[in-house]
Amino acid sequence: MAIVTKRVSDEREAEEQNFNWVGTRAVRPDGVDKVTGRAKFGADLHLPNMLVGKMLRSPHAHARILSIDISSAEKLPGVKAIVTREDFSDLASEFVPAGEMMVNYRDITRNVMAREKVLYEGHALAAVAAVNAIVAREALALIQVDYEVLPHVLDVVEAMKPEAVLIQEDLLTDGADPPADKPSNIAKRVEFGHGDIETGFAKADVIVEREFNTRPVHQGYIEPHACVASVSEDGQAELWCSTQGHYVVRGHCARILGMDVAKLRVTASEIGGGFGGKTVVYLEPVALALSRKACQPVKMVMTREEVFKASGPASGANMRVKIGATRDGRITAGEAILHYQAGAFQGSPVPPGAQCAFAPYDLEHVRAVGFDVLVNRPKVAAYRAPGAPISEYAVESVVDEVAKKLNIDPIEFRLKNASREGTKASHGPKFGPIGLVETLEAAQAHDHYQSPLQPGQGRGVASGYWFNIGGQSSVTLNTSEDGTVALVVGTPDIGGSRASLGMMVAEELGVELDKVRPMIGDTSSLGYNFLTGGSRTTFATGKVAVDAARDLVSQLRERAAKIWDVPVGDILWHNGEALQKNGRGGPTETLSFRDLAESMGKTGGPLVGQASENVQGAAPSFGTHVVDVDVDRETGRVEILRYTVVQDAGKAIHPSYVEGQYQGGAVQGIGWALNEEYIYDSEGRLENAGFLDYRMPVCSDVPMIDTVIVEVPNPAHPYGVKGVGETPIVPPLAAISNAVANALGIRFSELPMSPPRVLAAIAAASSSK
Amino acid sequence: MQYEAPTTVDQAVALLKNSGNASKVLAGGTDLLVQLRSGMIEPELIVDIKKIPEVRSILKEDGKFRVGAVVTGAELGEHGDLKAAWPGVVEAAELIGSTQIQGRASLGGNLCNASPAADAVPALVAAGAICMIAGPNGRRELPVGAICTGPGQTSLSPGEFVVSFLFPIPKPRSGDAYLRFIPRTEMDIAVVGVGIHITLDAENVCVDARVAVGAVAPTVLLVEESAAALVGTMVDDASIDKMIAAVRDSCDPIDDKRGTVVYRTQVAGVLAGRVCRIALQRTRRHE
Ligand SMILES: Cc1cc2nc3c(=O)[nH]c(=O)nc-3n(C[C@H](O)[C@H](O)[C@H](O)COP(=O)(O)OP(=O)(O)OC[C@H]3O[C@@H](n4cnc5c(N)ncnc54)[C@H](O)[C@@H]3O)c2cc1C
Repeated sequence: MAIVTKRVSDEREAEEQNFNWVGTRAVRPDGVDKVTGRAKFGADLHLPNMLVGKMLRSPHAHARILSIDISSAEKLPGVKAIVTREDFSDLASEFVPAGEMMVNYRDITRNVMAREKVLYEGHALAAVAAVNAIVAREALALIQVDYEVLPHVLDVVEAMKPEAVLIQEDLLTDGADPPADKPSNIAKRVEFGHGDIETGFAKADVIVEREFNTRPVHQGYIEPHACVASVSEDGQAELWCSTQGHYVVRGHCARILGMDVAKLRVTASEIGGGFGGKTVVYLEPVALALSRKACQPVKMVMTREEVFKASGPASGANMRVKIGATRDGRITAGEAILHYQAGAFQGSPVPPGAQCAFAPYDLEHVRAVGFDVLVNRPKVAAYRAPGAPISEYAVESVVDEVAKKLNIDPIEFRLKNASREGTKASHGPKFGPIGLVETLEAAQAHDHYQSPLQPGQGRGVASGYWFNIGGQSSVTLNTSEDGTVALVVGTPDIGGSRASLGMMVAEELGVELDKVRPMIGDTSSLGYNFLTGGSRTTFATGKVAVDAARDLVSQLRERAAKIWDVPVGDILWHNGEALQKNGRGGPTETLSFRDLAESMGKTGGPLVGQASENVQGAAPSFGTHVVDVDVDRETGRVEILRYTVVQDAGKAIHPSYVEGQYQGGAVQGIGWALNEEYIYDSEGRLENAGFLDYRMPVCSDVPMIDTVIVEVPNPAHPYGVKGVGETPIVPPLAAISNAVANALGIRFSELPMSPPRVLAAIAAASSSK
Repeated sequence: MQYEAPTTVDQAVALLKNSGNASKVLAGGTDLLVQLRSGMIEPELIVDIKKIPEVRSILKEDGKFRVGAVVTGAELGEHGDLKAAWPGVVEAAELIGSTQIQGRASLGGNLCNASPAADAVPALVAAGAICMIAGPNGRRELPVGAICTGPGQTSLSPGEFVVSFLFPIPKPRSGDAYLRFIPRTEMDIAVVGVGIHITLDAENVCVDARVAVGAVAPTVLLVEESAAALVGTMVDDASIDKMIAAVRDSCDPIDDKRGTVVYRTQVAGVLAGRVCRIALQRTRRHE
């Protein structure tokens, strides 16, 4: 594990010597509770008179709902409330941001409770609240639903055909040229790029064009969705849930249920993983609706099967990528045509997929076109760098093949074409201080890349990009009378952010880290906070936390000025103490944070640091991965021998959690590349809705993932932070595919590279020889 | 649902007999509890046999190992003598699940759950282990291979359960081995599993062979043609290839979420070759 700090200004380097907390590997404040089992997750809240809520889900992939009869279920003793489509009002089509993806209220209300049709197996269509789970399950069995089963479509290419069954009968392709006049399953067409690709391809000495197919994959968080809702007779409501953004949940639920936003208070539980999948609502509006009807608290918890069948996977896709280059290794043009599965409602991450596809390259002629396509699967949700791993898999595979054709080392080839500060990105903006070249150079110099391979083994390289976002955060620092501080933030901690935020605040205040207690406030305790997503929390909430600390410091200086009766301009704040310039006046030499906190009642009242901002200036993070594989030629099994992640963090506030993000992304990418896929029967029913047959990697499947943190600071953050949580899942798919190609001499253009697929390809290659 | 934990075999038989098909034996519970929680089964009576000493012990009878049906994978792995005698059986049992599962999972449960993919079963069949069964009509013995009759189905009558496994005395120049194929490295279900036991004479000629293959048919197959391909040979490459071909011929798998017919058949042969070479190596382990 190494940290390579690049291009750090002299001033910053000088400061760097003096950091007490930033850059250290401090103990996380939530650690003890988590390892002792004390931490309270979504399903851990118990309220008096609490009911159990259970969902009735569609057994069909596509069907019209002719009728829902709840009369006998309602009569079952112990049943306190039943809700169906009748209990939710219809909402007009309106797009709102949910993390890095947009959601549409017309669609969300139909996704949480089916209206006209069920659109995938597992689609919710009724819910029961009862005194216990046994009664709730019995009641579900008593609900009579009359369906008209319709043909279904799961495959993105099939879904685009003119004869395909229509999932939304009135859907006209947005952005089509010429404008669409007939409904289809293609919800949207987007295009990004510049220059003229035909001119570019005309200059190329080699052109490689390939088609790729990837499968949907699940985020695989270990904690299933869970919530407890409690609505009182006067309409005031409380919601406890496992989410990446409780303010966003509050907004969605209030809209779906027609409530005043302020009447609903949402508390985020500890969260057992989200990876983007907990940025949307599933159970929450339904639990609130049940509680509103029953006037009792209602708990709902998904089973793992429900998580797989009804919560968001990442898109599967069909893609075509074409890249041309000159003999000396300059890319002349790149084109990508991307078809992404959206699931049953529009809104796949094909726009960011198209934007990211060529981001690592400085290109004169580039074009990426994306299509958002409906299929009878659960609506996709964000998954780490939504859309980017898919498109960059295709592009980085072709880049590798072009480099091979030109007989140029793949890192050398990338360096010749790499985006740098000032490059006009294929999706429009000019890049600021980015760290792609630094990651490529660090990867090239790494012992891993320099080490020899054994016969039969293969090595692959790929780079990856993600934008990262900023956005709204609100932070409060409440000073206690003994000089300790509560740091209250509104962005749930999914990756160690309480530790990093606490460290930045302790650094600013100049106090010991254990005097700062970071916690996640509920939606009524702070101003608006956008969710934890887009790798924004350490960057955006971090900047706001630093500003809140600086606000508190300026108040502390004012109090000291008052005590000493000197102008505030004469007061310095250093190492947790107020001191006077030149040491003149005043009875004491210094006033510590503790002194000032103890006397705050006499000097002006409570000391509260606050900041609320819409943070701009998020900087993208680039990464480069190197992987070695071995392939069992007789069984087709791919073994990951060695894996190194090199990525730009801007500044690693807590290096261990940055490394954890790098390693976790790589491991999820390994699963995506090698084994993860949804298996459906001919009726469109999922056959592997569990971790036994939906094969995410287990610990023994992966080697220790080596990491190198490159630091090219982001000028828009006080410590230089860039988001790091998403980029690590972008390069693995191509890096592993390139390594397999290097080992076998066979190029795969389909994921996952599961043993049967690999063995079949080996057999096909040897029979064609 | 009622739970009982008898302390003798007779008490267990009486409980099981009175409740007929509505009861289930509970050993380690690593299959049973999963099935209960998912609603696959709804028994009225659970008879936990873990409190019966006889099913929890490993004994030696006239030089033969008798292993209680509820001895766990972890206990088998720590039994040096048993491991030396039947390394293939123990390595199969130790493949089941993970460290946590190993503390509970038993040979009896693995067999009586009657999954075609159960890991210990091909190794037990290859070893020629005999089940001691207790029931309302007293005790009887049955070869391991005669217990499972189809996925989830056994030949045990109502009231009967497996008390122990009796292993033959291993011949001086014999060896057994087991391998399975899974896409991951653990926590997975065998796509194919192969257990082989071979015995050589003083001239290195194979005098006995048992080749058992799991997950390629409704029950574990004991492939006679594969054994015949080895017996009378020096277990050289040519005879191993014949053995492999016979394994592939015997396969009658299904296409499912865990593997295709083509893939399972191909990999069954690959594993058979690898297992055979390990077993051959082990015939020399006492030299
Ligand atoms: C996470 C996990 C991983 C697993 N991995 C594997 C694996 O890698 N390979 C594999 O083969 N299996 C695996 N399994 C399945 C299971 O662990 C094994 O089949 C195990 O050997 C079952 O033993 P048990 O003692 O837990 O049986 P139980 O669950 O107690 O019983 C299983 C069945 O057998 C019956 N039964 C048990 N003992 C007797 C007896 N003595 N007489 C008559 N009937 C009996 C029970 O009534 C029940 O129907 C896994 C299970 C889990 C949960």
